[in-house]
Amino acid sequence: MRTFILALTAILLTGAAMPAFAASTEADFKTAYAAAEAANNEAGKLRNQWTTTVSALAAAKKAAEAGDFDKAVAASKHAEELAKASIHQTLEQKDGWKQMDIR
Amino acid sequence: MRSVFGSTFGLVIAALLMGATHSAAATDTPNPAADAKAFQKFFADKFPKVKFEDFVNGPYSMDAGLYKQWKEKEEFPPYEFALDMGKELFAKPFKNGKTFADCFPNKGIGIRQNYPYFDEKQGKVVTLELAVNQCLESNGEKPYSYTKDEMAAVTAYMAFTSRGKPFDIKIPNDPRALEAYENGKKYFYTRRGQLNFSCASCHVQSPGERIRAEVLAPALGILNAMPIYRSEWGGMGTTSRRFTSCNSQVRGVPLKPQDDEYRDLEYYLSYVSNGLPISGPGARP
Repeated sequence: MRTFILALTAILLTGAAMPAFAASTEADFKTAYAAAEAANNEAGKLRNQWTTTVSALAAAKKAAEAGDFDKAVAASKHAEELAKASIHQTLEQKDGWKQMDIR
Repeated sequence: MRSVFGSTFGLVIAALLMGATHSAAATDTPNPAADAKAFQKFFADKFPKVKFEDFVNGPYSMDAGLYKQWKEKEEFPPYEFALDMGKELFAKPFKNGKTFADCFPNKGIGIRQNYPYFDEKQGKVVTLELAVNQCLESNGEKPYSYTKDEMAAVTAYMAFTSRGKPFDIKIPNDPRALEAYENGKKYFYTRRGQLNFSCASCHVQSPGERIRAEVLAPALGILNAMPIYRSEWGGMGTTSRRFTSCNSQVRGVPLKPQDDEYRDLEYYLSYVSNGLPISGPGARP
């Protein structure tokens, strides 16, 4: 019983001593934003950018300017997902458009 | 017995797949005339009660209540001011003394039904809007914005002088023209934007149905009434305005007005509506 209590105390103290989830930094934001921007530029070359990607990028920049890098990184990652989805859409529709063709 | 049935079923499936593949391969060979015939038949079959020439009335040909409202509105059409302005602008001399009449065949009167056309010298599709701005620029004048105001007014007047004349779009024996037509066709059917809509999603799959409060127009004859006074816009808008706003509405970033894709799209949509009368300028909800 005593051993159990000592072990439990050790586990709880270790948990308490562990650092809280690390906040995003400006460097994290710059990395995430650059990736999102690159994907959106790729979508632009394919002539199919989404307005929501553009909005997410703007939201990311705004959050970064306000110093909220957690929000900025999240928005950047969301923008990157949207941009990649728009690229996937374009590639799929390269032949996929024929499904709707009236013949 | 089971194995015979299974193999027969498999053969049937294989045959169907091969047939489908063969059809797909066959339709990969461009055939604009066949496209136009199939396109017009599709809408005639879908809406057997609509007279062929009435397809140019867009949503009004789809909904009796809307048709009645539209007919009443035509007594004092909302595009009248634009028409008057367009007539004035058309006749007004440029700084060099020339006018729009000097740029167009037949002095620009009764020619709208021939646009767009494939200009073999420029190697691209020339729409009426592009031709208007090329006229201005070649005479040292500032080009108009493509989406509204003066461009809508001048093209409204030019459309008015062609009222009743059937679309007569040509595809010359030039591989570039055929490529432009095919690119326009592809654009029409390609899904885009976060909402994943193509032009066909609304105007082929769902004409006559509602998207929010609006009744969707059929793609057949959809450009015949351009430019239009749209109540939603509270003003006039051109084909360029409609294309760019459609892109935004499906959450796609619009291209620039009169970019290649839009001119090619207009070429395709106009060609498959050959034979339908020009009804512009028009009014829409």
